[in-house]
Amino acid sequence: MKTALKSLLVLWLTAVIIAGIAVPMVKSPSGPLEFPVIPGLEEKARNIFFHVPMAWTSVLAFFMALYSGVRYLRSKDQDHDLRSVSAAGLGMMFCILATVTGSVWAKFNWGSFWNWDPRETSIFILLLIYGAYFVLRSAVEDEEKRATLSAVYSIIAGVTVPFFVFVMPRIMSGLHPGSLGDEQGSGPVVQMNMAPNMLVLFFASLAGFTLLYLWMLSLRVRTARLEAVTNTIE
Amino acid sequence: MVTPIPYQVFVKEVASEFRTRYALNALLMFVVTTLTMVVFSLGDNTVPYEILSGMLWIVIFFSAMSGLSRTFVTEEERGTSLTLRLLTSATNVYIGKFLYNVVLILAMSVFIAFAYRLIIDDFVVRSSSIFWTTIVLGGIGLAAASTILAAIIAKANTKGTLFPVLAFPVLLPLLLTCIRATVLSVEGAFFSEAFKDFQILVSFSVVMIAASVMVFEYVWND
Amino acid sequence: MTPFHLEVRNVRKSFGRKVLFDAVSFDVRLGESFAVTGKNGSGKSTLMKIICGVLTPNGGSVRYVVNDKEIPLSHVAPHIGLVSPYLNMYEEFTGEENLRLFAKIRGIGVRQDDIHGLLQRFGIFEHRNKEARFYSSGMKQRLKYCAALLHRPALLFLDEPTANLDDIGIAVVREVMREQRQRAALVFATNESEDLSFADRVLDLSRLKIG
Repeated sequence: MKTALKSLLVLWLTAVIIAGIAVPMVKSPSGPLEFPVIPGLEEKARNIFFHVPMAWTSVLAFFMALYSGVRYLRSKDQDHDLRSVSAAGLGMMFCILATVTGSVWAKFNWGSFWNWDPRETSIFILLLIYGAYFVLRSAVEDEEKRATLSAVYSIIAGVTVPFFVFVMPRIMSGLHPGSLGDEQGSGPVVQMNMAPNMLVLFFASLAGFTLLYLWMLSLRVRTARLEAVTNTIE
Repeated sequence: MVTPIPYQVFVKEVASEFRTRYALNALLMFVVTTLTMVVFSLGDNTVPYEILSGMLWIVIFFSAMSGLSRTFVTEEERGTSLTLRLLTSATNVYIGKFLYNVVLILAMSVFIAFAYRLIIDDFVVRSSSIFWTTIVLGGIGLAAASTILAAIIAKANTKGTLFPVLAFPVLLPLLLTCIRATVLSVEGAFFSEAFKDFQILVSFSVVMIAASVMVFEYVWND
Repeated sequence: MTPFHLEVRNVRKSFGRKVLFDAVSFDVRLGESFAVTGKNGSGKSTLMKIICGVLTPNGGSVRYVVNDKEIPLSHVAPHIGLVSPYLNMYEEFTGEENLRLFAKIRGIGVRQDDIHGLLQRFGIFEHRNKEARFYSSGMKQRLKYCAALLHRPALLFLDEPTANLDDIGIAVVREVMREQRQRAALVFATNESEDLSFADRVLDLSRLKIG
């Protein structure tokens, strides 16, 4: 049963990726298998199927790491810390991917790889937070201390997330779709401005990436638990 | 006769600083050196005020990094953290040390800001009210984040370099907002135009202090 | 003296994979004296820290009940005093300043006479205006006693009570231990068999027996 689900997920994601890249974009779509052209974006709009789900997953991973951190502080059970680290590792990976896909898109759309637009800055800050999290962990030898300090740091960093995700882009105008300077309002995602078939593919991609992340997380957690057990035996 | 305990912790920090003068000397030299470097690198060039505003906050940020961790690091290094833990609750200790950091950062930023405006002719502030409000609110926010982070790094191995690494991503939203408000002050905007920025600064401090009070105990006790 | 009860149940402490001690349980009440003994490294100081509430155990519980009300560990400070090699004074302040500072941070009013009385009892009165960094280890130990007794704690914890002390110092400490046992309660950790005679009960961490 589980293998069937996993195979389904693999197929799902493959289909999403292919559709995201290959479905033709025409001026007046005649059916569900064609996407409308968004003026100004054209082919580059395809990025939305990949970049946004990755960014979303990296934020999801961060909050899961934070949640596990909180549970650790309450219970002092090392297993929660294990889950925190595993989530954080995956989160960092997705964050790097999101930054890269965002940067590539920026190059094609606005001419340069980096612009310090608020949303770009936000994903970069998240990347720095992940980096800081791991640097902190490497600076503490004692297991319990390490778990406690990284849980607390993830909480402190976590409370600044609303600031750089919501407050700043609203206030500062930027190039990113959805900032103040964008005539189309808060952007295609929030306003659900996309054509229905694009929306379907977008949510399919979002679901696919989320499930992929959860699957990878469970693998990492199981591996880490086994490692912990073997360390005790040695 | 007995004044609030957090205030007593604050008094202890100040008294300790007066006795040893450890932080003040180093900080003063740091600020002087950094400002000198800035002035020399500017030379005769005319630099846009947006950049000058940014540089002001770079100097303030790094001064904060130099000075605000001392209060926790010295307790660990000199082995008095256990002593303090046995005297009173964690929250009292947090508030006392936070107050000390606020006073320290405000003293530093005001000094830096004065010197900056005096020395750098191109930096002309038209709205002093926005400028000084930003300095004060920004300083409080810096202290708010730095205090809990200082408590964290004090318990780690490589304290010195770790502090800016942890602090920078957390403080970036604050710093960017401060820079923006400083730019507004140079442009001579109306005070109300800076309201949104001040709101961000105040809510940042409030959120950071609230979160710190809740988690401090876990860091402070072993 | 206020009735109280220190209840320690099934306390376990491990560092990484190594379990230092497990299933430690005992009670201490008003008028009692309890000793912890064991070879070096058996965890005496660690156990002391745990029952003072400054170190979290990996398992078990430590409860303080004063006047029939349970006090959370975070608020236990006014009721306990600790003398330990791990406890340090503020070196930049004088002996007297350290004691004043402690009183203020504890939130209690202490008169100059009380402070001087304590300093005299422990024989460091003439050094009271010297900064603590100039104190010898014996003087520091005496200052720690002053600090621990300043607020007349219900429970006095002594980790290595007679360390660094000469005969006079040791005599004063023994007197203190006698008084504390009568007046309130005493928990101490030691390897000196002479000190053990002050205890009603002894816990040997090396063998984890109470006898």
